[in-house]
Amino acid sequence: MAELIVEEKGKKGGKRRPKKQSTRIDMTPMVDLMCLLITFFMLTTAFSKSKVMVITMPDKDQPNQPKTPQSEISAFRTLNILLTDKDVVFYYVGSDKKPLTPFTKTDFSKDGVRKVLLEKNKDLFTKIYEYRDKRITGKLVVADTTADNEIKKMKREDKAGPIVLIKADKNAKYKDIVNIIDEMAICNIASYAVVDISPLELDMIKNAPK
Amino acid sequence: MPKIKHPVRTPHIDMTPMVDLFSVLLIFLLLTASFRPQEATVITSPGSISEKTAQDKDIMTIIIGKDGKIFYNIDNGKDSTKHTRADVLVEMGKRYNIIFSKKEISDFGKLASFGMPMADFRKWLNATDSKVKEKLQTGIPMDSIDNQLGYWVRYSRLANPNAEVAIKGDGDAEYTVVKKVMDLLQDNKVNKFNLVTTLEKQEIALKDIPK
Repeated sequence: MAELIVEEKGKKGGKRRPKKQSTRIDMTPMVDLMCLLITFFMLTTAFSKSKVMVITMPDKDQPNQPKTPQSEISAFRTLNILLTDKDVVFYYVGSDKKPLTPFTKTDFSKDGVRKVLLEKNKDLFTKIYEYRDKRITGKLVVADTTADNEIKKMKREDKAGPIVLIKADKNAKYKDIVNIIDEMAICNIASYAVVDISPLELDMIKNAPK
Repeated sequence: MPKIKHPVRTPHIDMTPMVDLFSVLLIFLLLTASFRPQEATVITSPGSISEKTAQDKDIMTIIIGKDGKIFYNIDNGKDSTKHTRADVLVEMGKRYNIIFSKKEISDFGKLASFGMPMADFRKWLNATDSKVKEKLQTGIPMDSIDNQLGYWVRYSRLANPNAEVAIKGDGDAEYTVVKKVMDLLQDNKVNKFNLVTTLEKQEIALKDIPK
């Protein structure tokens, strides 16, 4: 306790003095309460913010726009990733009618789909990684927005990295799609899209070796 | 020489500066803290490396539960003189021939996410028991015959053109449901989505590239 208030005992006889009382207020309970409230508010404000991942989908209804012709080179760059249940990921290069590589099964682990993506995206990944590394070590001092624009430019100018098409069947869960888009961000993939699965690909999943 | 008598006193600490500081902190936190009404369902968001924080104003959230139920939420927007929620509800009422009382509309302005067909809407607004309220949350219908979610999105976009769309799905929600929601949004000319996630750090280095 901060202070004990000692009252003067009234003396009998003599001159009567006005009672001398301490004007101090005991603030301890108030401080206690404030401490509690501050802790409460600090905890609730700090943990309530959630993060978001932004994806932009291609505009659906543009019937007049001609589809980009699939040349040999772009078919070679196209990496199809198929998602199905139980964390299983399938991938192949090329189009569904003419796959260029065998239909391969992998998973979401570090040595799974990420390895595939990194191998395909080696050049761009190295470029962006080195750029970020320069910033972290202090060799390059630029503002955040400039750095973001620079990385965006690198991605736009990239002509060798894969074009990833993400497709999911009806057994896929929402977290699979989030995981795979997250992998795109981790591996700095320049171009990717979430598209519908074709019947041919559904058959591929069905006939895939277990 | 007689000894000088010291008055017996307990040690005293001056707490005024501490109280001052605490008051300032408390007032600051009280003002910055935004009051969050109860959410309609519990969502376990999947993890991602994204560090972008969700904006808390001008955002409409479509919540997809584990069981595929759809919930919806829109905030009142940055401009506090506008009542986006109230406007959207009135428009929805016009669409489905439901007349809401003034009290119901103002009550709705203070609530958060909801998920029930329009037929049950007044029942939900007037329910006082939280268990009854919970039972009414059966999800917003979004099939081609009765596309109520589509109208919610459309009227929200009309009431607040700046609103961005956030999809807050449970990790175990079916992809087909999410796909349906995204298709619906694209039909409404929304091509940019914010997927709500929780931060999950991933370490990656140059040596991870396979040789």
